[in-house]
Amino acid sequence: MPLIASAILIISLPIAGFFMEGLFGNRLPRKGDWLATGIMGIVLGLSLWVFFQVFNVNSPDAGARGSAAWFSMAGDGAYLFAGLMIDNLTAMMLVVVSVVSFLVHLYSVGYMHGDPKYVRYYAGLQLFSAAMLGLVLSDNLLTLYISWEIMGFCSYLLIGHYFEKKSAADACLKAFMTTRVGDVLMFLGILIIFWRVGSLRYADIFAAVASGTLSGSWQVWAGLLLFGGAIGKSAQFPLHVWLPDAMEGPTPVSALIHAATMVAAGVYLMARMYLLLTPEVFLSMAYIGGFTAIFAATIGVVMDDIKKVLAYSTISQLGYMMLGLGVGGFVLTGYTAGVYHLTTHAFFKACLFLGSGSVIHALHTQSMSEMGGLRKKMPVTFVTFLIATLALTGMPPFSGYFTKDSIIASAIELGMRQPRHWALAGFAVLAAFFTAFYMFRLIFLTFFGQPRNHDAHRHAHESGWVMALPLIILALLSIYPIGGGHGNWFWSRNPAPAQESIINHYGPKSHNPSDMDTAPHAKQPDHDITTLRRMNNPKHETDGTQNDEHLAHAAHNAAVTVSLAVLALGIAFAWLTYIRRAIRAEDVARRFAVIHRILLNKYYIDEFYMAFVVRPFLKLSAFMGGFDKWIIDGLVNLTGILTRALGWLVGLHDRVVVDGAVNAVADSAMAAGRAASRLQTGRVSNYLMGILLGMVFLAGFAFWILGRTG
Amino acid sequence: MTIPHILSWIVFLPIVAMAVMALIPQRLGPAPVRWVSLLTTFVVFAFSVILTVNFYAIPAAERAAFIGLKGAQFPAGAMSFYEERARWIGEYNIWYHLGVDGLSVILVLLTGMLSFLAVFSAWGINKAVKGFHMMYMLLITGMMGTFVALDMFLFYVFWEVMLLPMYFLIGIWGGPRKEYAAIKFFLYTLAGSILMLAAIIIIYMKYHSFSIPELAANPPFRDNMALAHALWIGFFIAFAIKIPMFPFHTWLPDAHVEAPTAISVILAGVLLKMGGYGILRVNFPIFPDSTEYFIGVIAVFGVINVIYGAFCAMAQKDFKKLVAYSSVSHMGYVLLGMAALNGEGMNGAVFQMFNHGISSAMMFLIVGVLYDRAHHREIERFGGIGLQMPRYLTLAIVGFFASLGLPGLSGFISEIMVFLGAFKSQSTGLGPQAFGWVFSMKALTMISVLGIVLGAAYLLLAIQRVYLGKSKSEYANFPDLNRYEYASLVPLAVVSILLGVWPSLALNIFNGTMNSMLGIWSAGGRMAPALLPATSSIAGMQ
Repeated sequence: MPLIASAILIISLPIAGFFMEGLFGNRLPRKGDWLATGIMGIVLGLSLWVFFQVFNVNSPDAGARGSAAWFSMAGDGAYLFAGLMIDNLTAMMLVVVSVVSFLVHLYSVGYMHGDPKYVRYYAGLQLFSAAMLGLVLSDNLLTLYISWEIMGFCSYLLIGHYFEKKSAADACLKAFMTTRVGDVLMFLGILIIFWRVGSLRYADIFAAVASGTLSGSWQVWAGLLLFGGAIGKSAQFPLHVWLPDAMEGPTPVSALIHAATMVAAGVYLMARMYLLLTPEVFLSMAYIGGFTAIFAATIGVVMDDIKKVLAYSTISQLGYMMLGLGVGGFVLTGYTAGVYHLTTHAFFKACLFLGSGSVIHALHTQSMSEMGGLRKKMPVTFVTFLIATLALTGMPPFSGYFTKDSIIASAIELGMRQPRHWALAGFAVLAAFFTAFYMFRLIFLTFFGQPRNHDAHRHAHESGWVMALPLIILALLSIYPIGGGHGNWFWSRNPAPAQESIINHYGPKSHNPSDMDTAPHAKQPDHDITTLRRMNNPKHETDGTQNDEHLAHAAHNAAVTVSLAVLALGIAFAWLTYIRRAIRAEDVARRFAVIHRILLNKYYIDEFYMAFVVRPFLKLSAFMGGFDKWIIDGLVNLTGILTRALGWLVGLHDRVVVDGAVNAVADSAMAAGRAASRLQTGRVSNYLMGILLGMVFLAGFAFWILGRTG
Repeated sequence: MTIPHILSWIVFLPIVAMAVMALIPQRLGPAPVRWVSLLTTFVVFAFSVILTVNFYAIPAAERAAFIGLKGAQFPAGAMSFYEERARWIGEYNIWYHLGVDGLSVILVLLTGMLSFLAVFSAWGINKAVKGFHMMYMLLITGMMGTFVALDMFLFYVFWEVMLLPMYFLIGIWGGPRKEYAAIKFFLYTLAGSILMLAAIIIIYMKYHSFSIPELAANPPFRDNMALAHALWIGFFIAFAIKIPMFPFHTWLPDAHVEAPTAISVILAGVLLKMGGYGILRVNFPIFPDSTEYFIGVIAVFGVINVIYGAFCAMAQKDFKKLVAYSSVSHMGYVLLGMAALNGEGMNGAVFQMFNHGISSAMMFLIVGVLYDRAHHREIERFGGIGLQMPRYLTLAIVGFFASLGLPGLSGFISEIMVFLGAFKSQSTGLGPQAFGWVFSMKALTMISVLGIVLGAAYLLLAIQRVYLGKSKSEYANFPDLNRYEYASLVPLAVVSILLGVWPSLALNIFNGTMNSMLGIWSAGGRMAPALLPATSSIAGMQ
C-alpha cells in the first residue's frame, strides 16, 4: 500500500467514524463506542506502519507527499492545494496522536460508562482525532489552519460536555475565545505569507524564504504572528488562562486534547515552520517558553485540584518545548530536544491524566485534600502514576529525563555562548525544581499518608481493565528503551531529522491542478538546510567546529548535574513537607502569605483580563448598541418625524395642492400607516386582487411578446 | 434538459400560482394554498437548479462572460446566457430583457432554494393563509426578476415589486411593532429607490437606453466625471440601504425582529443580496472610473460594518436582533471583498453573499424554532435548552458555527477569500495622501480580521446563555424539532458542509464571470467599448 493511501485512510476513517457516530450512534449496539475505538485501533496500526516505513530511514525516497488542487479563489487557474505529506516529524506525530487517541478511546469506555451524552462524546473524540491527524499530515498552512480550528471546535464541545454545569459552560467559551485571539494573529501571519508567496504550501514558503521573496521584516512578522497562534493553542503566557479552566471537561478529554495532542499543536506548528523563523522569533519563543515554564510551575505548587496541578504542569512543560525550539535557533540540539519532549510528554502526561481520572473515578472528587493513602487500594494506578511522575520530573532512566535534560543543556549552551541569555537556563533549571516539588507533593498527598476522606476511601477500588490497560501501556512508553532517549533509534541517528527532511524531500513545485501524484519529489535537495538556517539567522553559532562539540559536551555535563540536583532537592522538600511533616505547609503559607495568595490566585491574570479586556469590551459593545439605537436610529426616526411635521405644515398651508417630494414621502408614510392599520379588517383581499390583476397582466404580456418574438 | 423561456418561467410561475391560489375557494381551508405554495416554490427551485446545471454545461469561456463587457462570448450574438428579449415600451426604448451570467445564476439558485425551504417554516402560519402565500409568491417574482432583469427599467420595476409584498408580509403577519417596522422598511427602501430612479432617468435623458449590457459596454458620462460620481452615489445608496451598509442599516433589525420567521429568512437570505448584486451589476461595470474613485470608501464602510455590526450584535438582548446585527457584520465582508478589486476578493464577496444566505437563513430558522415554543426571544431568559432539545442543539451548533466561519463549513471559505484578497489588494484604500496608512487596504484588512474574534464572542455568548446551563422548568416540556423544522434546517446544514469541503461547486459558477468583470480595471484602465450586436441596432429599434 502506498504511504499516501494510508495517510488518506488515517484521516478519513475517523471522519467516517464521526459521521457514523453522529448520525446513527444511538442506534448502534453499545452506542458505537466499539466502532470509534476500533477505528482508532486501525488508525494506530496504519500510523505504526507508516512510522516504520519512514522514520529515520536515511533515504531520499522515504516519506511521501500528495496534493490535489482544491479550489481556485481567483478563478484564474491558480489553485489552492489541499495536500498531505509524510516525513519524519509527521511520522512521529502520527504515532503520538494515534497511540494516545486510541488509548483514550479505550479508557473512555470505562470512564464515560452510562453518560447520557455518550454518543456525542465519542463523535467529538472522532472528529478531534481526524482533525489532529489532518493537522500533522497537512502539507500546507491552509489545511493546517482548518484542522487547527476544527480541533478548537472539538475542544469547545468536549470541554462543554457537562454543559449543564455553569463552570463547564464558562470554560468552553473561555477556551474557544482565548485561543481564537491567538488564531487571529496566526491568520494574519498566513495573510502575510500568502501575499508574499502566493501559496500556502510549506515547500513553496520555504522556497520563497530561500529565494528571498519572503524576507526582511515581513518574514519576521509572519513568524511572530504564527507564534501568536502557537501561544494561544499551546497555552503559553499570556494566553495560558484557558487551559486550567479546560479541566472542566471529562478527564480522558483532558488527557487527549489538553495534555498530549492539541495543546502540542502550537509546538508542532513552530517546529514545522522552523525554516521560516528568524532570530527575533527564536528569541521570543525561548523567552516566552522559558518564562511560561517557571511561571506555571510556581502556580502548580499551591493548587489543590489534582487536575489543575496537572494542567499547570502541562503549561509548564509546553513552555519547555517552546524554549527548546527557540534555543534551537542558535544551538542545534534545541530543535530535536523540543520536538522529542513533545513526544515523551504526550505519553507520560496522558498517563498522569488518565491516572488522575482513575482516582477521580474511584473517589468522585478532584480535591487532593480529600485523598490520601490510595497506594494500597489502587496499586496499578499508583505504580503507573509514579512511573509517569518520574518521567515528568526527569529521573533517569525514564523518558522525560532525556528530553528535558537536553532542553536544559541547550539552554545552558546558549548561555555559555551568549552570556546575556543565561536567564533562559535559569528559567529551565528553576522550573525543574518546582516540577519535582509539585509532582511529588501530588503523589504524597494522593497515594501516601492516611486517607483524609474515609467514606470515599472505603468505596475506592482499582479500575477495570479498559481503564488500567491504557495506564500500563502509557507507563511502559514512559520508560527509556521504549519511550526514547539518547542513543536508541527512536531518539534519532540524525541530529535534526525532521526539519531536514522537509527540505530534502519536498522542494518547490510548480502549481499544476492535475498534480495528484504520490511519488516523492525533487530527490536532490533544493536548498541546503545549513545555508538556509544561516541565511535566516546570521548569528547562528553552530558551525560544526571542534570548539562546538566541546561546548556542547560541557553544557550537557552541567545540565545533567544541575537537573539531577534540583530534582533531588525538589523531591526532598516534598518529602519533608508532606511525609515527614518536618516543614509544615501551613506555616510556610502563613510566613509568605502575600506570595501564597498571589499564587493561589494565579497571579491575578484572570482578574486582570476581566477588568481590562472583557469588561471594557462588553462596555464598548453596550455603548455601540446604545449608540445605534439612540443616535443612528434616532436620526432615522427624527427624519421621519420632521418629514411628517413638514408635511403637516405644508398641508396646513395648502390643503388642496399636495405635491413636492418631501410631502409625498410624509403622505405615503401616513397613507401606508393607515393602510396597515386597516389591513386586518378584510380589505387585504382588495389589495391583493389589484396587485394580482396587474401582475397577471404583466405576465401575460411578457409571454405574449415572447411568443411573438420567439 | 432545456426549458424554453426558463427565465420567464422562473420569474412568472409564482404569479400563475398566485392566480391559482386566488381561485381556491375559502371553504377548502388553508391546506391547498400551502401545497400550491410548496409545489410552486419547488418547481421554481427545480428550474433554478436546471438553469444552474445548464449553465455549468456550457463551455468555460462562455460561462466566464460578464454581461455587457467586451469579450463576452455568449452564444450566437446574444448579450447573455439564456437571453429573453422583446420590445416592451418601444417609444422609450424599454425592453423586456432577461438574461443571466454567473453572478445572476448563483443568486437565482440561492433564491430558489431559500424560497422553497422557507415554505416549510411558513407552514405554521394560520392567519390569512391565502393572503400570505399570495404575497409570498409575488415576493419571489420580485426577487427573481431583480436578479435576471437586464433592462434598467425592468430592473426598477421588479425592485419595487419586491418591496410591496414585503411591506404587507411584515405589516400583517409580523410581531407587535409590525406597522412601524413595515413602514420603516418601505420608506427606507423607497428613499433609496428614488435616488436610483433619478439616476436611471438622468442616464436615459442623455443616452436613450435602459439596457444594462449596452451601458456597461459604453459607460455613460465618461466626459463628465462629476456627474458620473453623483450617479454612482445615487445607485450606491439605493443598494447600500439594501445591503444594509452603516449608517443605513437600522431598518434591518426592526424588520427582522417583527417579520415572521419565513420572511426573516427571505429578508436576510435574499433581499440583502439584492444590494450586493446591484452594486456588482450596475455600479461596477457601468461606472468603472467612479468605482475606482470610491473604492476606498467601500472598503472603509465594509470594515465599519464588520466591526460595528459585531459590537452591536454583542449588545443585543433579543435573540433575533442579535442575528440581524450579525447580518450587518457579515455583509461587511461582502463590501470589503468587492473593494479588493481582485479575483480573491471579488469571488469571496459573491461567495460570501451565497454563504451568508445559507447561514443567516439557518440562524433565523433556529431562532424561529425557539420563538414558536417560548413566545419570547430574550436571551437572558433562556438556558439549558440544549439539554431539553438535543437534536435542535446539534443543528443550532452547525448554524452558529457556520455563521462564525468555522473551517469545514462554507462561510469560512468565503471569509478567507475576502481576507486574502483584501490583504493583497492593489486598491489604495482611501489613498495614502488622505489619512496615511491607517486606511490602506492592509490596515483595513487587519482591523476587519478582528471580526473573527468578535463574531465568535457574540455567537458563543448567545449559545452559552440560550442552550447551555441547567435546564429550566418553564422550558421542560418543549418538544424537539418537528418534521417541518427538520425539512428546512437539514438541507441548509448539508449545503453548508458540502460547500465547506467542496467550494468549487459554487465557485465555478461565478468566478469566471467575476474575473471577466475585473478585466475592466486590470488593464490599467477601461477597456475599449465592445461592439455588441445590440449596440449597433439601437437606432433601428427606435
